[in-house]
Amino acid sequence: MFEASPLNQRNKRIERGMRVLYLSMALMLIVPVIVILSVLVIKGGPAISWAFLTEDPIQGMTAGGIFPALMGTVALVIVALIASVPVGIAAALYLSEYAPDNWFTRLINLAIINLAGVPSIVHALFGVGAFVLFFEFGTSILAASLTLAVMTLPVVIVATRESLQAVPMSFREACWNMGATRWQTIRQVVLPNAISGILTGIILEVSRTAGETAPIMFTGAAFFLPFLPEGVFDQTMALSLHLFVVATQVPDVPPELPFGVALVLIGIVLAMNSVSIAFRVYLRGKKKW
Amino acid sequence: MEPSTTDIQGSTPSTDAANSIHTGDRRDLHWYIDKGVAGLVFVGGVSAVLFIIGIFVFITREGFEFIGGAMNLKEFFLSPAWRPTSDSNPTYGAFALIVGTASVTGLAVLTAIPFSLGSAIYISEFAEGRYREGLKIMIELLAAIPSVVWGFIGLVIMNPLIIEMFDVPIGLTVLNAGIILGLMAAPIMTTIAEDALKAVPDHYREAAEALGATRWQIAWKVVLPAAKQGLMAAVLLGVGRGFGETMAVLMASGHSINVPDGVFDSVRALTATIAAELGETAVGSDHYQALFTLGILLFIVTFVINLSADLVIRGIRKK
Repeated sequence: MFEASPLNQRNKRIERGMRVLYLSMALMLIVPVIVILSVLVIKGGPAISWAFLTEDPIQGMTAGGIFPALMGTVALVIVALIASVPVGIAAALYLSEYAPDNWFTRLINLAIINLAGVPSIVHALFGVGAFVLFFEFGTSILAASLTLAVMTLPVVIVATRESLQAVPMSFREACWNMGATRWQTIRQVVLPNAISGILTGIILEVSRTAGETAPIMFTGAAFFLPFLPEGVFDQTMALSLHLFVVATQVPDVPPELPFGVALVLIGIVLAMNSVSIAFRVYLRGKKKW
Repeated sequence: MEPSTTDIQGSTPSTDAANSIHTGDRRDLHWYIDKGVAGLVFVGGVSAVLFIIGIFVFITREGFEFIGGAMNLKEFFLSPAWRPTSDSNPTYGAFALIVGTASVTGLAVLTAIPFSLGSAIYISEFAEGRYREGLKIMIELLAAIPSVVWGFIGLVIMNPLIIEMFDVPIGLTVLNAGIILGLMAAPIMTTIAEDALKAVPDHYREAAEALGATRWQIAWKVVLPAAKQGLMAAVLLGVGRGFGETMAVLMASGHSINVPDGVFDSVRALTATIAAELGETAVGSDHYQALFTLGILLFIVTFVINLSADLVIRGIRKK
C-alpha cells in the first residue's frame, strides 16, 4: 500500500495554500467591481426615474434629467460607428485575407497597437488639431465622433480580424477551386461565416465609445446645452462629460444626482459588454468546425 | 426577332473566351471587381499607419512653435514651476507634472503586479472550465468600466475612505489615484500575463510533473521563469495604460502642482494638465502650444513603451 510520506503531505498542504492564495488574488480584482456596482446602484438607484431619463437638466444642472446628454451620447456613437466600422472592416480584411507577411504588414500591425495605446487625451489633441481646426469642422459632433472613431478603430480591426481568421482555410480553398475570385470567396464564404464575430466587435466598440470622455471634451461635447443637436455640425452634451461636470464643476449638486448619471453610464457600457460577451460564448458553442 | 438572335449569339462562348480560360487570362467583370476591392481594403489597412502619422503631425503642427520659441528645455524638464497663466512671467516647468505622472503610475503598477500575476497564474494553471471562463469575463468587465466612472469612484468613495482610514486631511492623493489606476491597469496586465503563461509549452509542465512536482511548484519554478519576457511585456503595457490615463487621474489625484514627498500628497499628472487647461487657452498662444508639447511628450513615451512591449511579445512568438 502506498502511504503518503511527510514530504508528500507537506507538499499537499502547500499546494492547497497556494491555490487559495492565487484565487484570493483573482478575487481581489473582482470584489471591487462588485462593491463599486453595488454602491452605484444603492446610491444612484433612487435618482433614476422615467423623468430623469427624459427631461432636460434644470437649475444650473442641479436638478432635472439627463435627456440631452443621453441623446448626445447616442448621436456621437452612431456617427463614430458610421466612420470607423467600414474602415476597420476593410483594414481587417486586408490583414486577414490579402496582406503578405512582410515589413509593411508588420508596420500596419504596429500602427494598430499604437493607435490603441496612445493616451486618450493625445487623441483629443489630435482631434482639435486635425478635425476642429485644420478641416474646420469646429467643435461639433462630427469632429468629436471622428476623434472617437480613430481612437476605437483598433477595437473593430482586432475583433474583425480574429473572426475572419477563425474561418478555416479549407473553406476558402474549396471556393477558389470552383473558380471564384478572392472577393467572391470573401463575399460568399468568409464574411457570412465571420459576420457574428464582427458584430460582437462592433458592440464592444459601442461600449468603448460611449464611455470615453477626454477625446470629446474639446472637440464637440458641451458642458451644458439643453437642446438636442440638429445636425453633425452642432455641439452636444454627452453622458460621460456630464458625469465629470456634475461631479466636479457644478456647486450644490444633490449627492444622488452624479450617482444616478454614473449608474446610467456604467449600465449602458456594461450592458453592451455583456451582450457582446454572451454573443461570443453562444457562438463558440454553436460553431460546427 | 433580331434582338433575341443577338442575345443567343452573345451568350455563345466565343473562341476568344475559350482561349482565355486556357491561358489563365480572365479579365471579366469579376476580375475588375476583385482588383477594385483589393485596392479598397489596402487603403483600409494603410489607414492605421496614416492615422498614427497624422496624430504625430497634427499635434506637432500645433506645438512646434513653442518648442522652437518660448520653450526652455532645461526649465521644461527640471523646473517644477508650471505657471502658464502668470501675466508677468509665465514659466513652463513640467518637472512636477512628470513626477506626478510617474509616482501615480509607479504606485499603480506596483499595486497591480501581485494581483494580476496571481490572477493570471490562477486562471492559467489552476482554474478549470466554467470557473476559468467566469473569472476571465469578470476581468473583462473590470476593463470595461469607463475612466470617468473610475475618477468619480476615486472622488466620492475612495476619498472619504482614505481620510478616515489614515486620518489625513485630504484623500485625493497619489495613494487614491494609484489604487484606482492599479485597478484599471490590472485587467490588461492579467490578460497579457495569462497569454504569456499559456504560451509555455505543455511538455515543460509534463516533465516537471513526471519528476513529482506539485502544481504550484510547476507554476512557480517552471512556468514563471519560462514566461519571464511575456510577464515583462504585461508590466510594460500596464505602465503604458497608467501613463496615458486622463479622467481618472484628473479627478482622483488632487490636481495640485506638487513634487510629492509620500503617497499622501496631492499631485498633478501630464494628461490631467492638458485636460484641465486646454479649454481655457487661446488657440495659438504659448500656453496652448505648451499643452500640445506635453502631448508630444506623452505620444513619444507611450509609443516607445508600446513598441518595446511589442518587440518583447514578438520575440517570444519567434521562439
